[in-house]
Amino acid sequence: MRVQLFVTCLVDQFRPSVGEATVEILERCGCTVEFDDRQTCCGQPAFNSGHHEEAKAVVARTIDLLAEWLDEGGDAIVCPSGSCSAMIAHSSELLADDPVRSEKARRVAERTWELTQFLIDEMKIDDLESSWKGTITLHDACHGLRDLGIRDQPRRLLAKVKGLEVKECASCDRCCGFGGTFSVNYPLISGAMADDKIEEIDASGVDAVVSGDVSCLMQLEGRLQATNSRVKALHLAQLLVERDAGS
Amino acid sequence: MSTIHDIRSSHFKSDAREAIANVELRGALARAQEKSNSKRDRAIQRIADDWESMRDQASAIKTWTLENLGEQLELFERNAVKNGIQVHWAEDAENACRLVNEICADAEARSVIKSKSMVTEEIGLNHTLEAAGLEVVESDLGEWIVQIAGETPSHIVAPAIHHTRESIHRLFEETLGRKIPTDAESMTMVAREVLRQAFLRADVGITGVNYLVAETGSFLVLENEGNQRLTTSLPRVHIAVSGIEKIVPRLADLDLFLRMIGRSGTGQVVTTYQNLFCGPRRSPDEDGPRDMHMVLVDNGRTKLLASEKRRQTLQCIRCGACLNICPVYRQIGGHAYGSVYPGPIGSIFTPQVAGLHKASQLPFASSLCGACKDVCPVKIDIPGILLDLREEIAEHGEGQRDQETELKMKRESPAFRRWSSLMQSPRKYRMSGALVRTMALIASHTSLFDRFIPPLSAWRSTRSVPRPEGGSFRARWRRRTEANR
Repeated sequence: MRVQLFVTCLVDQFRPSVGEATVEILERCGCTVEFDDRQTCCGQPAFNSGHHEEAKAVVARTIDLLAEWLDEGGDAIVCPSGSCSAMIAHSSELLADDPVRSEKARRVAERTWELTQFLIDEMKIDDLESSWKGTITLHDACHGLRDLGIRDQPRRLLAKVKGLEVKECASCDRCCGFGGTFSVNYPLISGAMADDKIEEIDASGVDAVVSGDVSCLMQLEGRLQATNSRVKALHLAQLLVERDAGS
Repeated sequence: MSTIHDIRSSHFKSDAREAIANVELRGALARAQEKSNSKRDRAIQRIADDWESMRDQASAIKTWTLENLGEQLELFERNAVKNGIQVHWAEDAENACRLVNEICADAEARSVIKSKSMVTEEIGLNHTLEAAGLEVVESDLGEWIVQIAGETPSHIVAPAIHHTRESIHRLFEETLGRKIPTDAESMTMVAREVLRQAFLRADVGITGVNYLVAETGSFLVLENEGNQRLTTSLPRVHIAVSGIEKIVPRLADLDLFLRMIGRSGTGQVVTTYQNLFCGPRRSPDEDGPRDMHMVLVDNGRTKLLASEKRRQTLQCIRCGACLNICPVYRQIGGHAYGSVYPGPIGSIFTPQVAGLHKASQLPFASSLCGACKDVCPVKIDIPGILLDLREEIAEHGEGQRDQETELKMKRESPAFRRWSSLMQSPRKYRMSGALVRTMALIASHTSLFDRFIPPLSAWRSTRSVPRPEGGSFRARWRRRTEANR
């Protein structure tokens, strides 16, 4: 299967190892991974801030790029972020004024998956033969959870990781407080929202909090570090790729 | 002109800051949310198989009714008049208050008792009645607490949710000027004593409305304390005040909504009392009010009908589930929103009804997590409407923003225009990416440059700055491809 990695701007610039881990996992599953380095951003920052004209131009370009690749025989677009995948899923609505583009966006959305969704729902693979010694808890990133219905997929993958113990927190599906520009427009509220989760995460005694979105992880990590916690923030791909590692 | 009484949403940022600093408040909110959500989950669990189809059905009924709102309201009026209910139409808050005042004056009323109603909070009714020299007493326990504290409700279902038992105890002792035992039961008994006298004094009873039934001209009002029954049976006159959107076509529709509103709002299978009002006392009735009035309030609601997307806002049945699940509300409570309708539903209702210029921060005061949409019993797409409002404010909102929002847009609009042009060119993206990484690397070591980059200092005020790993993914990918060649 030919897979295009839609790497996302945050992973590209801040957490390239998440992109590398995603590639390795996909290759382990027998996929041929390609990466078009003309990729930039899904357009969400501007879209969620109300700047739809600015967002549209970026979304349209991303959609054109991905649609072109599908037309050349590509099979699936995989993204290590529920949030950016959800943005692609919403694109056709945003581009509704341009029916041709909008239709293209619908086609792209049909062939786009968030990483864990792709592994479980499309590849039907839950055992990546990975091993990671330690205890973690999950943070369900909002857009993946509520827009794409991703809840079981990461849990099924983690259940097969040797040496790993997953401790669920009651607040696993409560927002971390990131919310894009919300995090800098209302830093006090955003920080208090992170605290609310971190309190429970810290008390649970885990080694790491694991999530499918780098944006949530930077928010949680930023707050964990600011409060001198020993808990690390890890992307699912970084954990799933490991064959012999631990905290 | 439509408005919301005492609105101060343009102070959102500073009011939220104050709320965040209030540890007692945040503790009370977290406990209240945990409790109401677990009760809600349990109540819905029992009918889990039907819940989604009930939501679809409830949403469909509300959608249809809003599409036929004028006709349904006229039908209600005709049938209500047949029942002996006097129906009045109020275009805005001022009009509605004047109508109620006139009814009270005609009844030569001196004292008014009220049961819980959000629309009367919206129009500032108590304020107008008191200005006309009437005594007004709220009879719902939570509302009474808020009234004697000189506050506004901080939650649409649990108005005194921001209080603790201790703060209520302090308030009661101060207000009544005597020592009161600290247990909840004794405190409730004290409130009951005071309220009983007010019930007996009252000439007029005022209630809100949960559902107007078009086909019968009757209306349903829900409660848990029995205070509403006294409000509507002891005084000579009953005035009900309702937003025009509270209508359903058929009596049979109540079956569905009754099963949903209690579960969604308070985790009850049904509310303790369901009071269906079908007209004033008529012979051979021995009790009930002599006159029954219905004041139908628009106050900006018809403005919302124009857009199919935003119209959904009017589907709201005021259950409060979105407030109970909201992670932002959990941190700041209701008062910070500066509107009698706080939380997610308030953030879409308030700016649309009171005007963007009065509440332009509220649509941005959300992380767009979507939890509100998931719990809404009538499936209002709250995040979608927030986004819609954000677009209007950001792209067409000039002259309609409060000061805080105007400042934000001055920074944000040019920044996003630049961002958009960078993101359309892989070369510019690469270069700006390298620049951002370098800046982040420096910023992860020192805060010296924060003051030149406002978002950075905002981020750091509550979090450390993430250190980039070094290099970009695309650079690593290129090296890998070259090595494999």
